[in-house]
Amino acid sequence: MLPALVRSARNGLFTKVGVRGFASQVSEMTVRDALNSALDEELARDDKVYVLGEEVGEYQGAYKITRGLLQKYGPDRVKDTPITEAGFTGIAVGSAFAGLRPVCEFMTWNFAMQAIDQIINSAAKTLYMSAGQINCPIVFRGPNGAAAGVAAQHSQCFAAWYSSVPGLKVLAPYDAEDARGLMKAAIRDPDPVVFLENEILYGQAFPVTPQVLDKDFVLPIGKAKVMREGKHVTLVSFSKMVGYCLKAAEQLAKEGIECEVINLRSIKPLDRDTLLASVKKTHKIISVEEGWPQCGVGSEISAVMMELAFDELDAPVLRVTGAEVPMPYAANLEAAALPQIDDIIKAVKSIA
Amino acid sequence: MQAMLKQQRSGVRASQPARRAVQIRAVAAPMKAATSSKSPIIAPEVAKDLYYDMVLGREFEEMCAQMYYRGKMFGFVHLYSGQEAVSSGVIRQLRQDDYVVSTYRDHVHALSKGVSAREVMAELFGKKTGCCRGQGGSMHMFSSKANVLGGYAFIGEGIPVGLGAAFQSKYRRDVLGDEKADSVTCSFFGDGTCNVGQFYESLNMAALYKLPHIFVVENNLWAIGMSHLRATSRTAGDEDPHIYKKGEAFGMPGVLVDGMDVLKVHQVAKEAIERARRGEGPTLIEAETYRFRGHSLADPDELRSKEEKAKWLARDPIPQLKKYMLDHGLASEADIKALEDKVAEVVEDCVKFADESPKPERGQLLENVFADPRGFGIAEDGRYRYQLPGFSSGTAIVS
Repeated sequence: MLPALVRSARNGLFTKVGVRGFASQVSEMTVRDALNSALDEELARDDKVYVLGEEVGEYQGAYKITRGLLQKYGPDRVKDTPITEAGFTGIAVGSAFAGLRPVCEFMTWNFAMQAIDQIINSAAKTLYMSAGQINCPIVFRGPNGAAAGVAAQHSQCFAAWYSSVPGLKVLAPYDAEDARGLMKAAIRDPDPVVFLENEILYGQAFPVTPQVLDKDFVLPIGKAKVMREGKHVTLVSFSKMVGYCLKAAEQLAKEGIECEVINLRSIKPLDRDTLLASVKKTHKIISVEEGWPQCGVGSEISAVMMELAFDELDAPVLRVTGAEVPMPYAANLEAAALPQIDDIIKAVKSIA
Repeated sequence: MQAMLKQQRSGVRASQPARRAVQIRAVAAPMKAATSSKSPIIAPEVAKDLYYDMVLGREFEEMCAQMYYRGKMFGFVHLYSGQEAVSSGVIRQLRQDDYVVSTYRDHVHALSKGVSAREVMAELFGKKTGCCRGQGGSMHMFSSKANVLGGYAFIGEGIPVGLGAAFQSKYRRDVLGDEKADSVTCSFFGDGTCNVGQFYESLNMAALYKLPHIFVVENNLWAIGMSHLRATSRTAGDEDPHIYKKGEAFGMPGVLVDGMDVLKVHQVAKEAIERARRGEGPTLIEAETYRFRGHSLADPDELRSKEEKAKWLARDPIPQLKKYMLDHGLASEADIKALEDKVAEVVEDCVKFADESPKPERGQLLENVFADPRGFGIAEDGRYRYQLPGFSSGTAIVS
């Protein structure tokens, strides 16, 4: 029963509100509630799971993702920390080595740079250094990428950095289904997982089926999802940009250009098979991301497509990325520094 | 056994050069003597300057709240209302070539140091006439003219930067032989920062290198929703965590002061600044203060009790100084009103200026990423990319 549910959830297409194949009702859920419910259920399921971070307890979460959890599970399992990223990340990693399953929250992923030594040198590398004896079942989570007007030190996208490190798994949910399934998978996973959320998406509501709401609903790590089928060009993205790609695809469809939109879900491991299958159909692929261009996720996709699909490509792999600047504060400059739907459309038309 | 240990210890001590014992002065008691005597401890011009600066800070921040809710300002805005005595008390006696480093709660530090209200407000509006041309925003105020070195979002990361400025001052004197180099640096940060590793690393190095640096802790008891008492371990033998005592552990004076009394802050800072200028090294000042508003304009501020807020509102530094000046004949009602009117004028003007200022041009997007624009690299035709026409028109696609 469960594998079939997971398989059909994986293949389910939520292009609009209509859901194919399920007679039961569809409800809506925000990404915030999806993450909150996933954390809640995993805390109930396994008492080695605990949450720590700044403001996760009494403040109910800086972005309210951990709302109600302190009241339900108490201060030993939902721990407010001082502002000591390197310190509390190190404590979390050590406790994971010793058998606990921490969920370590960074108020934003920008602040994790203060703890990056612990994430990379301790969490990511120890299984290899110990030749398989000591694993680190930890989830590092928090909002990643640009928000609105929060300027240079609060807007960086870290998908490329962390996905280059052997020993880390890197996930980036888009909708509520992703948020629930990937969070549960991450907590149950025996390896360190970098979980890149998005602040703008927290308040957005998406349709969810009863299958998604099941307390054992888990999505596979390393598998991308085809959000919309098309035959002229492939758009591949993750997190908030998936929504932009879907909107661009809608507009382009009016002009007869059918885009296939792929939601990566997993940056590391990258789902090459899904990308390859798509490129074999469309022969053109564009990667869309908020982060900086050099050594970005798009660079990896370009390299992989060139290696695996050289003869399939009718055009160079294009990358739509953020501008190569620290995020400016002024609202008009910030918009100019990030990909907009028009940028995606322009890129598609340049090769379609 | 005891006798043996004693002998050992005294042997070790005898072989070390004699060290001057570090004194901790807790200046927490109200200055009863000053308030009851008729001779004030401060000159009228200084008092008026402090009053003007505090009122400017308060009115400016309250205007920011208004502007934020009207959509002129956006993103993260952290207001300083309530803490003015610390900024004015410390910064107003610094020279232009002294440095100030702060956190995201930096508007008033910038104003006290001499960045114009126009430049700060325009920066907050995201206009190109702002002190950072709209590229920094509320949390990143920089001014090379006023020697304000930021404006840091990550608490604790500014302190080592402050140390660097102090290091430069000492280097000029010791290595470059500039006998007149005696500028000092003040780093401002809160109680939450005092649990960040970089604070401790900085205490160590400042004392080790005897840097002309003053650590100013604005202990307002709360780091967003985390009470200082829940976040910080008690200092040995105490009921509560005392930040100023950590100075001694690192070999520098640690001073506690009532951060709602600008004259006390002024006095304590004066001693610390003079120490630093004489080359006697750093000081740690803990100013007990309170922010009347939430952590930021997005903070619902539900965890602080009404009683606590009322208690601190009653100790507002501005009416305190006003009363003191009137009681001691440092200023008349008319003088004070004139100062307040001037502030109102300045604040109204800076909003108008910011509103009417243009937004940055699109071409500004790619400027100042590198001091040397050749850092953008070579284009296909062999020229430097910054030389290509339309390079700085700014697009989201740069590959």
